Amino acid sequence: MTVGPLIGYAVTLAVLAVAAAAFDAALAARPAAWGSAATAPLREVARLLTQQRRRTVLPDLVLLRAGVWSLPAAAVLAGVVLPLGERPVAESAVGVVWFNAMEVCVWGAVWLTGWAPNSVFPLVGGYRFVAQGLAYELPHMFALITAALGAGSLSVTEVAAAQREVWFVVWMPVAFVIYLVSALAMAFWGPFGQPVGGEVAGGVRVELAGPDRLVFQAGRYALLVVASAAAVPLFLGGGAGPLLPSWAWTLVKTVAVLGVLVWAGRRVPAVRMDRFTQASWLVLIPAALLQMLVVGLVVI
Amino acid sequence: MAVVAFWALAVLSVAGAVAVFTVDSMARATFALLVSLAAVGVLFLLIDLAYLGVLIVLMMVMEMMIMAVFMIMFMMNPAGLMPMTMVHGRRFALAVSGAVFAGLAALALLTPWPARRGTPPPDPAHALGMSIMGPQMLVMMVIGVAILATMIATVVLATDRGRYDRR
Repeated sequence: MTVGPLIGYAVTLAVLAVAAAAFDAALAARPAAWGSAATAPLREVARLLTQQRRRTVLPDLVLLRAGVWSLPAAAVLAGVVLPLGERPVAESAVGVVWFNAMEVCVWGAVWLTGWAPNSVFPLVGGYRFVAQGLAYELPHMFALITAALGAGSLSVTEVAAAQREVWFVVWMPVAFVIYLVSALAMAFWGPFGQPVGGEVAGGVRVELAGPDRLVFQAGRYALLVVASAAAVPLFLGGGAGPLLPSWAWTLVKTVAVLGVLVWAGRRVPAVRMDRFTQASWLVLIPAALLQMLVVGLVVI
Repeated sequence: MAVVAFWALAVLSVAGAVAVFTVDSMARATFALLVSLAAVGVLFLLIDLAYLGVLIVLMMVMEMMIMAVFMIMFMMNPAGLMPMTMVHGRRFALAVSGAVFAGLAALALLTPWPARRGTPPPDPAHALGMSIMGPQMLVMMVIGVAILATMIATVVLATDRGRYDRR
């Protein structure tokens, strides 16, 4: 493996994560303050780098570090199988399953971050995320498998290649919508932001300050970026498109999906995770299964 | 390279398993178990069974987190927040687990393993799917339904009615 794609991947991920944070800040600000919103993420980074760590009584520091750091690690590892242009950083015959396995590690990361400080609100937030995970994970898996079924392969590159004629979003729209919903829930973003909700004083990240908080926040944005980027090879035809090279199309589509997710995060009201569980198991799972049945019939 | 990786993962797996019983917190025990089992999953990657290896990691993470949910639902020590010992009946348990470990290790070392016949298929995930969905389909279906029924029955029996029931 050469170093080139690795650097390209890291830089793209970092730039998109900062861009997502800036767009989010702009959505929250008045039009007059859009200029300062553009630099808000960088100012926040500088602030957190100079801020002191907060210590709680009897924290489990080993598990806290493990939890905080495994959030960005899971996001970065999930993204290595996604092709930016022609090839991913690490080609895998079971890329779809790998992506799924790495984003499930987020459950562990968030729960650990909530549990370890030995403090009430983070604990509540951590358990909220696990409950939310139980709600979104099954429809999410079915959506991923539907795309893999349509392509007849678990390799993300081949799933993208199978959409040369017609994008999967055209004939599996239900799976695509379910994927976007579960992507929001996975990054506990917007309507699914209850694990870090204001009514529990910030949930999982209450006790995180300084560099710890920076790593956690960066991980959350990286997760949002990777979840958006995965929608491109899975449903939006990968790098396919006229005129521009495939890496440019991948980037354009990723930015579009990311923009929609960040925007939805600011515009859609919060959903309580027990209600979401009900909706998810009673509506999303049957819908995903029906979509899979349709795709299965078409494939056969 | 593969040999080094094998031994590193094997040691990590056993060390994680030992840690499960020596730590004094439910959370640490849970994640020590996860490290141990994930190391086994990565071992599968060494024998080119990528699908099974990644699937083991995926399932084990979810399993441990569901265990964390059960921890607050059913334990007398809510959320496992207080320090507690991870063993009951220390001597008897040590004797039994030591004997089982020795027995299994002896079996693995002493069995005259047959020589490999044929070659591995080009796509092991595909071969596995054909096997499960072909000859072993009935068994897998029955086991799947039985596991699901057990899980639902356990939860239903344990929680007569919850605080958040909407009736």
